[in-house]
Amino acid sequence: MIISELMGHSSLWIYVRDMKEIDKKENKKDKTAPGEEKNQFVREVAHKKYEYGFSSNVQTEIIGCGLNEDVVRLISAKKEEPEWMLDFRLRAFRYWQTQEQPSWAHLRMPEIDYQAISYYADPTKGNKKGGPSSLDEIDPELMKTFDKLGIPLEERLALSGTAVDAVMDSVSVKTTFKEKLSERGIIFCSISEAVREYPDLVRQYLGSVVPYRDNYFAALNSAVFSDGSFVYIPKGVRCPMELSTYFRINARNTGQFERTLIVCDDDGYVSYLEGCTAPMRDENQLHAAIVEIVVNANAEVKYSTVQNWYPGDAEGRGGVLNLVTKRGHLRGANSKLSWTQVETGSAITWKYPSCILGGDNSQAEFYSVAVTNNYQQADTGTKMIHLGRNTKSTIISKGISAGKSQNSYRGLVRVSPKAEGARNYSSCDSLLLGNECGAHTFPYMDVHNHTAIVEHEATTSKISEEQLFYCSQRGIPAEEAVGLIVNGYAKDVINKLPMEFAVEAQKLLNVSLEGTVG
Amino acid sequence: MLRIKDLHAAINGKEILKGINLEVNPGEIHALMGQNGAGKSTLGNVLAGNPAYEVTGGSIIFNGKDLLAMKPEERANEGLFLSFQQPVEIPGVSMVNFMRAAINSRRKYRGEEPMAAGDFLKMMREKRKIVELDSKLANRSVNEGFSGGEKKRNEIFQMAMLEPTLSILDETDSGLDVDALRIVAEGFNKLRTPETSALVITHYQRLLDYLKPDVVHVLLDGRIVKTGGPQLATEIEEKGFDWIKTGLSAI
Repeated sequence: MIISELMGHSSLWIYVRDMKEIDKKENKKDKTAPGEEKNQFVREVAHKKYEYGFSSNVQTEIIGCGLNEDVVRLISAKKEEPEWMLDFRLRAFRYWQTQEQPSWAHLRMPEIDYQAISYYADPTKGNKKGGPSSLDEIDPELMKTFDKLGIPLEERLALSGTAVDAVMDSVSVKTTFKEKLSERGIIFCSISEAVREYPDLVRQYLGSVVPYRDNYFAALNSAVFSDGSFVYIPKGVRCPMELSTYFRINARNTGQFERTLIVCDDDGYVSYLEGCTAPMRDENQLHAAIVEIVVNANAEVKYSTVQNWYPGDAEGRGGVLNLVTKRGHLRGANSKLSWTQVETGSAITWKYPSCILGGDNSQAEFYSVAVTNNYQQADTGTKMIHLGRNTKSTIISKGISAGKSQNSYRGLVRVSPKAEGARNYSSCDSLLLGNECGAHTFPYMDVHNHTAIVEHEATTSKISEEQLFYCSQRGIPAEEAVGLIVNGYAKDVINKLPMEFAVEAQKLLNVSLEGTVG
Repeated sequence: MLRIKDLHAAINGKEILKGINLEVNPGEIHALMGQNGAGKSTLGNVLAGNPAYEVTGGSIIFNGKDLLAMKPEERANEGLFLSFQQPVEIPGVSMVNFMRAAINSRRKYRGEEPMAAGDFLKMMREKRKIVELDSKLANRSVNEGFSGGEKKRNEIFQMAMLEPTLSILDETDSGLDVDALRIVAEGFNKLRTPETSALVITHYQRLLDYLKPDVVHVLLDGRIVKTGGPQLATEIEEKGFDWIKTGLSAI
């Protein structure tokens, strides 16, 4: 509903010319220009390395390309779903067919042929239904893949205090520490398993925060969603470890449609992390996900993302189309939800992790660093919908653009008539590396209560030649100086991440902007 | 230590340095005086390797090595330090992270291990006292929100941390009040050793009163037109630069 209203702002829709063609011409001209030397670091920075671009040779069962009701039924059958789940999918699919792909974002989206994509790929084929139950049943090649990604599936090797749900393509491969968590009544499993094992809970909450009619990609996801995680924190329970899901796309021409549902009951607490990578492929890969979070009274949820999907190559070929709807509903009084995201990957990112502040005194935060390089495009931000009294939201967004990329912040702050004393603070900063990239800010404010205080600040800055020379005069090479400046710029957000993730994110920022200067 | 021969340099195609010859020996302090636009800051920037300037001729030998063949960071790691006339602000980068990157870059250059965090912080504490900077320094962003005087003291602090063999002070005295000037100058003097040299760019005698240069050069239109002892600076203070110009045209 809210998204469709954003779409209505057609005056803010900006037409982007075929940038690649223009840039190619300009680039040629540039090569003979005297400014070449000066821009060299920028150009070199633009050639970043992607460390996770390998693909794995895992026996995978794939449903043929194309999408129709039979495919939806087949996915549901593969997952041995109950009738109500199939109904949900079919309703979503029928709705999706009546809709058109939105075009209001500041993105130049390649045409997606929805009939050329496979909607289900199962790398655990050969195991009994419902995924492997013990490590011995997992294809060693799969184990190797996750090891290589730094995500060991053996509990003894795990990062201290982190439970992992590992998802490859359409299927959850393994969830660690399940038993330990269940001792406290915490449910942490794949969504497919939850549909079978905890149908009442799933049925109660699935689609309650993001209905399938919410937007085009939400409808598509609701029809064909494959796997993702389900978390339930019972009343009064603080989850003793970080929960995390690691998403990996492997199969060719396959979309990933992850679905995550987190329910945190009264007085509960959970910190959840999400990481993602994909192999380097020349064609675009579609990733259309939904994350729903329900936060009840006095409960707190922290959701952190380090998104490092394959961004495409230096010429803009390939890369993941990351089209995601994430939303949390702060239902109870005094509830808290914070989204923290470090977005460095994907050819296109279209994503607005949002909060509906329903409960009185509820608090929501959105901390974001979005890095774009080469031909990457990001249109990302948040929506804070204040419904309850004395609700408070904070938005800190840091965009970093390099190469020929386009980076947009888009955010909505809405204060409803009943939201007495609502407060919002938004700060949106953009950092530009070089002269060929773009940074844009689209803040929307919709305030219907005169007691509300809504603040918005925005800055745009550039890493200057003077700053780089100053660093190099102190012995710090340009490449390292860029990393230092970028990390300094992003530190307010990085500091919000759990420790291990923060270190990872910091490294990722450096790699994302790493060149071979010198 | 430093030998400059017939150095020519330009910015945006305009020639600024038109044949500089200069030799600095270990332990010496050379003052470089001259009117605005004479090329003093250009010389400092060219020595440090600022990519905005183009060297069009001549040679520079620094500690036996070809300085012009080195990148700016290599020059720094070889022991050349430039105290900037207008130090740039780097928001978000704390002084402690900045200096740690600088110190460890140098250690890496020399094939040494990074410095232990404890040792490094101790070093920061000791060195900041030289220029009377307070303990908040470590967590402040590089030069951000610093007063003019603090920026200059921060330059000398960095010099103290990096222990260069050749320091170029580019109008480090400009914009300083009497007290700040004293702090900066005394700080600099504490760092002097028989092996370290300096090139001090200034308009005024007052900094030189503290630093006591061995040699004074007058730069005019991209050339060194007069070289003398410390008394030359005093004479300029009294008679102005026009006196030198008149002297030249008389020849």
